[in-house]
Amino acid sequence: MTGMNPQRKSDLLSDHVKHEIEDWLRRYPENQRQSALLGALRAVQHEHGYLSTELMDAVAEYIGVPEIAVYEVASFYSMFELEPVGRHTIAICTNISCMLRGSDRIVDHLERKLGIRLGESTPDGKFYLKREEECLAACCGAPMMQVDHVYHEHLTPEKVDEILDGLE
Amino acid sequence: MSQDLVNIEINGVTLTARKGAMVIEAADAAGIRIPRFCYHKKLSIAANCRMCLVEVEKAPKALPACATPVSEGMKVFTRSPKALAAQKGTMEFLLINHPLDCPICDQGGECELQDVAMGYGNDVSRYVEAKRVVPDPDLGPFIATEMTRCIHCTRCVRFGEEIAGLREMGATGRGENVRIGTYVEKTVASELSGNVIDLCPVGALTARPSRYTARPWELIQHAGIAPHDCVGSNIYLHTRNGRVMRVVPRDNESVNETWISDRDRFSYAGLDADDRLLRPQVRDGEQWQDLDWDQALTRTAEALKRYAPDDIGVLVSPTATLEELYLAQKLARGLGVANIDHRLRQNDFEDDAAAPLFPWLGCAIEDLERQDAVLLVGSDIRREQPLLAHRLRKAVLRGGVVMAVNPRDFGFHFPLAEQVVTDPYGMLKTLGGMLRAALDVEVKPAPSALIGVLADCESQPLHAEMVERLRAREHALILLGPSAFAHPQFTILRALASALAQMTGAAFGYLPEAGNSAGAWLAGAVPHRVPAGRAVERRGLDARAMLAQPRKAYLLIGVEPVFDCADPAQAIRALAQAECVIALTPFAGETLREQAHVLLPVAAFAETSGTFVNLEGRWQGFKGAGRAPGEARPGWKVLRVLGNLLDLPGFEHVSSEQVRDELKGQLSDDIRFDNAVVPKRDLHMPPAPSGLTRVATVPMYAGDMLQRRVPAFEAAAGAVYAAAYVNASEAERQGLAGCEQVFVRQGEATAELPLVIDPSVPDACVWIPAGLEQTRTLGANGATVELQKTV
Repeated sequence: MTGMNPQRKSDLLSDHVKHEIEDWLRRYPENQRQSALLGALRAVQHEHGYLSTELMDAVAEYIGVPEIAVYEVASFYSMFELEPVGRHTIAICTNISCMLRGSDRIVDHLERKLGIRLGESTPDGKFYLKREEECLAACCGAPMMQVDHVYHEHLTPEKVDEILDGLE
Repeated sequence: MSQDLVNIEINGVTLTARKGAMVIEAADAAGIRIPRFCYHKKLSIAANCRMCLVEVEKAPKALPACATPVSEGMKVFTRSPKALAAQKGTMEFLLINHPLDCPICDQGGECELQDVAMGYGNDVSRYVEAKRVVPDPDLGPFIATEMTRCIHCTRCVRFGEEIAGLREMGATGRGENVRIGTYVEKTVASELSGNVIDLCPVGALTARPSRYTARPWELIQHAGIAPHDCVGSNIYLHTRNGRVMRVVPRDNESVNETWISDRDRFSYAGLDADDRLLRPQVRDGEQWQDLDWDQALTRTAEALKRYAPDDIGVLVSPTATLEELYLAQKLARGLGVANIDHRLRQNDFEDDAAAPLFPWLGCAIEDLERQDAVLLVGSDIRREQPLLAHRLRKAVLRGGVVMAVNPRDFGFHFPLAEQVVTDPYGMLKTLGGMLRAALDVEVKPAPSALIGVLADCESQPLHAEMVERLRAREHALILLGPSAFAHPQFTILRALASALAQMTGAAFGYLPEAGNSAGAWLAGAVPHRVPAGRAVERRGLDARAMLAQPRKAYLLIGVEPVFDCADPAQAIRALAQAECVIALTPFAGETLREQAHVLLPVAAFAETSGTFVNLEGRWQGFKGAGRAPGEARPGWKVLRVLGNLLDLPGFEHVSSEQVRDELKGQLSDDIRFDNAVVPKRDLHMPPAPSGLTRVATVPMYAGDMLQRRVPAFEAAAGAVYAAAYVNASEAERQGLAGCEQVFVRQGEATAELPLVIDPSVPDACVWIPAGLEQTRTLGANGATVELQKTV
């Protein structure tokens, strides 16, 4: 409990993230600051890779909402990671169109290639095989996957290898 | 028919209901039972449990009664085949993941889920698949969790946000994985947290201190009044075989609504403390010898007769019942003893003569939520009177403003419009500045007694702003709290506050600290007034003077001087010198045993009948619920018999009601409550302090004997760590940066305490909480202290 000048929790946020949160805050009425929460969490995750409790507390303080309200939102949406994950997030769509076009084979291939199951990260911290809950809305290019923020369509195991090899 | 009412029909019964009311409210008012889990009359509408589905004519599907507003000509059917099918279906879904472990569940027998399942569900579940299991969060010492039983009604979540003012619990995850909890491991911090136990309709949240100790059907319910703050919350005590097993709230809209504080809910656990006094004892050298009551009372009477009246001091706890307080002063005055007081934590008694009949709130409790502007002076209302803080929070949510002038930033669960955090001297300067600002606007001369004080105060822009906030409002109120009562210059503080109230048109009131402070004044347990507030012929010594000028004998009634008195060091000195200390007490701890010569066991809270008068002046009587252990007897009976043994007239009461009525008969029927204080002489500012000033507030769970003996309170979030707290820059100035342990010197008193850096403490102050084991050797609030590095 001792120590000088206790730091504010929101000091954890970078200037860039604060700038982005401000940008979101501007779009909503002053008494609806919680509306900026999704945008804020996305910005934080983009920078840190996942949302630690400390980072969520920082966002809560910055926006001015109870911490639990941030935990609720962050734990509700599958796009937010609450544990550390690999650098590159690979999300394979397994919804109906992709499934009919062989997404199971792609999942199988990736799991074998990376030696991990869906929902796990490679031990070297490079890849994270995300369990995608929803249709990623690229049915015409099925089967597809999203690697970080890029969509890759018409996948074959060979194409998947090529994409992964091209990542740092 | 008024325009605000509509006609509806429920199950063929014609009713009128308020426009905008929900069907469930209209049904409740008419006594028509609709099952529900998430709906609660004091919480917002969630409509997520779907248990209250009813059929509404012309609606294609069953509608939730809690979220369907009434409309003219509406026909509702709560028991039609369609409604019953909807309710049955909902019940089946709710039970899918419920473990049905009623035989081992503490809620069994008083469970809403159990009752509704019996009334509206199927006999046998069709669900045979696996059920989900949810890990249980640790919410602290008050609330036991078994979250697998949770049905996600979110009452506890809404309670936190809407009533407690601290949103600590939430629903994280989604779908099948939703769980109610805090997400991170934490002890819930709200001082009203125990209310979620009552709100929880299943056995997910149960009371930890009483868990697995009794079944609801074994308990006998007794109406009672909570003793730990001046609100006088209405409670039910649940007993089994004469032992209090738990406490729950009793509805009283004008006092505590449907809530009680954690302190009032769990303090009963202290009744079983190890140091409960079971039989009368006298000290025989270093040994304690048991006596029977006859011998003990005779010895006590003889001892009291042995001393000249002026050599005797009587200290009575402000948590004693009205009857005990009345008989104590009657006994004292019968013996010619004028030295009697209950104001144990007060330091300055100079304006006693100007004091009102009793410290009155200045309005009704319910009116607090209608205030437009409130100024708190020396008040940690959230911890001192949690349910009054709840009312103020409602006022703030309605658009009212609350301001505070405090010796520490206590932390509030509503935003403060302005707050001045300053040392006790600064509190005087602030109120003085505000009064000057008010006089400037009103173009009025200063009240003559305050001219000297105001000469040393200047009005700053902030003071003028605060005054403006009070002046501009229709319902404004200035309240003096316990830190004002304990202020070293209470007289000046009170005179300034009273004058400020007069100038701004605000009402003026008090927040006394103890459960029966108001009753103690009415009963005449003060050295300058007999019962009903009439002046005495010869004034006795007040609580502080009785210890500053040690007496030869003391009668202590429900008092542990080192924890309850303003200046423990002084109390220790005075009692060590005394020849005879007689204590009427439910508990005899180590320190009391060191000081006392005769110990008489009396019944504690919940074990005696009596009356508490709350800060509105509301007389609330109660009967004994539990049985006093051993040979302990109700305090009023012990005092009455003592009166008989001393041959004093007027001690023939056979019931506590008779004692109460005797006092009531002395009060005139048309009492006018008026808090205005006009000082009797010219006042002057004290010299500005040099060095560090001790701020000594009493923490939430240290206020009286019973609270100090509750094991669960020690681990509660509101428990205060005994330490010397200073802010970072003050630590720097004192050369204590990085120091972890300090030596505290207050006059001749010393203690060694951890040093804690705390930004809530103002400059030039050190906050050392009072009423704690580790600080009980120190002195009074507002005095100078020195801190030194320990070597």
